[in-house]
Amino acid sequence: MSIGTVEVIYRGVFQKTLAKNLCRGVVFAARKEGKIGIAFGRYGDSPERNGIPAKQFAVVADTEEELQEYLSRYEPNNNDVTIVADDTLCKGVESWAWSGLQPVNKLLRPGGTLLVVSTQPPGALLRDIHRRETPYQLAIVPGAASFSGMFVFKDDHTDVRLLGALARVAPHIVTLPSIGEAIAEQWKNDFKVTSAKQAHDATEASPVAAGQGGGLPLRSYDLPGSSRMTEGLVIRALPARGGDGGLDGGFTPGRSATFKKFSTRTLRPVIDFATCKKCTLCWLQCPDTSFNITAEGLYDVDLEACSGCGVCEAVCPVKDCIVMVNEAAFDDNASPWAAWRQDARSYATWRAGKLAARAPRAHGFHHPGQYAAESAPSQVRR
Amino acid sequence: MKSPDATAPGKGQAPPGGTMSAGATEELISGSEAIAHACRLADVDVITAYPIRPYDTVMQYVAQMIANGAFDCEFIVAESEHSQFEIVKHASAVGARVFAGSSGVGWFYAFEALAVTAGLRLPLVAMVGNRALDDPGAFGVEHNDALAVRDLGWLLAWVETAQEALDTALIAYRVAEDARVFLPCAISCDGAFLTHSQSIVKVPDAAAVRAFLPPYRRGEKQLHPDNPITIAPQVNEDWLMEIRRQSDLAMRRASQVLLEAYADFGARFGRGGDPFIEAYHMDDAEVALVGMGTLAMPVKVAVRKLRQQGRKVGFVRVRWFRPFPTEALQAALGGVRTVGVIDRDYGFGSAFHSGVLANEVRAALYPLQRRPGVVSFVAGLGGREVTTDHVMALADRLWDTAADKASEQETHWIDVRE
Repeated sequence: MSIGTVEVIYRGVFQKTLAKNLCRGVVFAARKEGKIGIAFGRYGDSPERNGIPAKQFAVVADTEEELQEYLSRYEPNNNDVTIVADDTLCKGVESWAWSGLQPVNKLLRPGGTLLVVSTQPPGALLRDIHRRETPYQLAIVPGAASFSGMFVFKDDHTDVRLLGALARVAPHIVTLPSIGEAIAEQWKNDFKVTSAKQAHDATEASPVAAGQGGGLPLRSYDLPGSSRMTEGLVIRALPARGGDGGLDGGFTPGRSATFKKFSTRTLRPVIDFATCKKCTLCWLQCPDTSFNITAEGLYDVDLEACSGCGVCEAVCPVKDCIVMVNEAAFDDNASPWAAWRQDARSYATWRAGKLAARAPRAHGFHHPGQYAAESAPSQVRR
Repeated sequence: MKSPDATAPGKGQAPPGGTMSAGATEELISGSEAIAHACRLADVDVITAYPIRPYDTVMQYVAQMIANGAFDCEFIVAESEHSQFEIVKHASAVGARVFAGSSGVGWFYAFEALAVTAGLRLPLVAMVGNRALDDPGAFGVEHNDALAVRDLGWLLAWVETAQEALDTALIAYRVAEDARVFLPCAISCDGAFLTHSQSIVKVPDAAAVRAFLPPYRRGEKQLHPDNPITIAPQVNEDWLMEIRRQSDLAMRRASQVLLEAYADFGARFGRGGDPFIEAYHMDDAEVALVGMGTLAMPVKVAVRKLRQQGRKVGFVRVRWFRPFPTEALQAALGGVRTVGVIDRDYGFGSAFHSGVLANEVRAALYPLQRRPGVVSFVAGLGGREVTTDHVMALADRLWDTAADKASEQETHWIDVRE
């Protein structure tokens, strides 16, 4: 009697096929060992919005009875392995369907393994990953997040590399030989079997102690009872004005106090306030109303509201005034304008550093990127 | 996952649910994809589609099979559900085997067509991906959508697994198209848990299905130039009652035809079981739970856990809601003290404000000399998870209820924020 559960956290639409390949691969491989299994997406994530954190699961078991526990569930909550297909998801998961940032390791069982595709070292990831009360393992599969354009699957072997790594960290769920058999049968590609084996051999998990980690603040939300809800499906509008937000006479629009969009973001706008011409275009065109107007007429971005779509960068008429940079390079959502006003020179240095070090991204408004050349191992900073 | 026989058997058990027939394959597919396979295997002639979640996954898989050259049928994407169901109604009248499906308010938008299809005794097989009725917009499962046609002459089945969805769809064609029945049939698949969850399914081969499922022959009722007839006339009170009586008798005959079909299906494919109900640990049960669809999963786990504690509880899963398995339920539940019916639907203003299934079960058990108490539970609306813990907690009330008849006079909402 044994049961194995794998959670896959991925970027909606961009990585849907990747996640599906992973979960089906787990079940196919387990079947080679005489087990049975199921694969399913978290229903509330679908229809997927592009880039929004989404989840799929694979559950394998020796018997049908063991599997029954999982056959009418949305989110198994005691997973042996949580696979994170893009390291910027380490900041947390907020579905479009409900409020509340969920730590990426929340549904991982004590002692389970968080398996992250990343070019970052463990220490950098642990600044993003929320600390928790029980220890677990962290393993990194080196590589840039596998993205292509919308609905385009980028067959860069991330799927089979993760399957190989999974066999390394959780051989009780699937072993490498059965992974190899399943890959050969499903994809009919020996090269992919080799990729799986290489990832298997290269993967090592390191322990994360209880309380180790970081993470952005979590909010808790009160779900009202039926007697407290307005009847007739009436929802009160947000106030148009959200106060000056510390902008000394500037303007902050009203925003949801509960639903934040930033966990959708894989790129964030880095703004050069010194070259801004105050043309208003970023503020007008932002689909998430994430810009605040400062007293001097500049546009500051609320990084809790920004989903990283890149429209501001696209419409900005000033060269390099707004540049989208990989979210992994940042640790907080603090106001860039406040930092600039406090010390413009330091801000300029900081900004130049972020722009110089930025890694190419293979998706986003400006980056259709299906064919972006990437060599994963060379990007690893260890 | 082709030819599982070629793979070495491991330490585990055989895959669930019977044996593999010759030429069968094993696939990792969702309930929706299983229904699409059934359409292919039944060699359906005309399929109409209009997208609404969660049913739309079926039309996606059907379209994919057609595009891949694995399936040949007239596939018509209509401009609304009403047209979608009208088209298959007409196609069925000229002798085509037909399929359509929908969910929630999409199914309701077709309601006129649904009523006349039954009235005309046209054996459409439909899939309802059960979904909460809007508003509010919600994708999760409730059973009120399919239940709305329960009194119109539709055969109605609820399935628990993707395998059962596939098997039931094949059986549905045989029963619906039997000249003794000629009634439409809807197979209900719980949104999310069935429509969007992939499990290992044995897909029979087409030849075996052909041997099980005879061609659709409408005979003298077929609308055809060589057989000049008219259907769907206007009538007055001097005709209609007899026409209703015909449908009533057809629905009564359907039970026997279902029995025959399941027996033959079981002999050929090694799956099927009792057509009407699944009795789970009922032999010595003192109290019993009753429910439909994927709710059965947490209930079965809870029953096993309660039995480990020495509590004699069983579960009856209603597989066919129409024809309602009155006799099977009387036989299965007549000996227990208390029955707890878990509805994944609501019946606002009904007797005791209970769900639809609870009041049907109450009615079925009423004539028994010694009738068990019936306690009604409403749970899992809008797709809220019904957990094993919820089921164990509500089962507790059934033993209390034996001493407290008042509990039967109310309906208990499970896991609701008051």
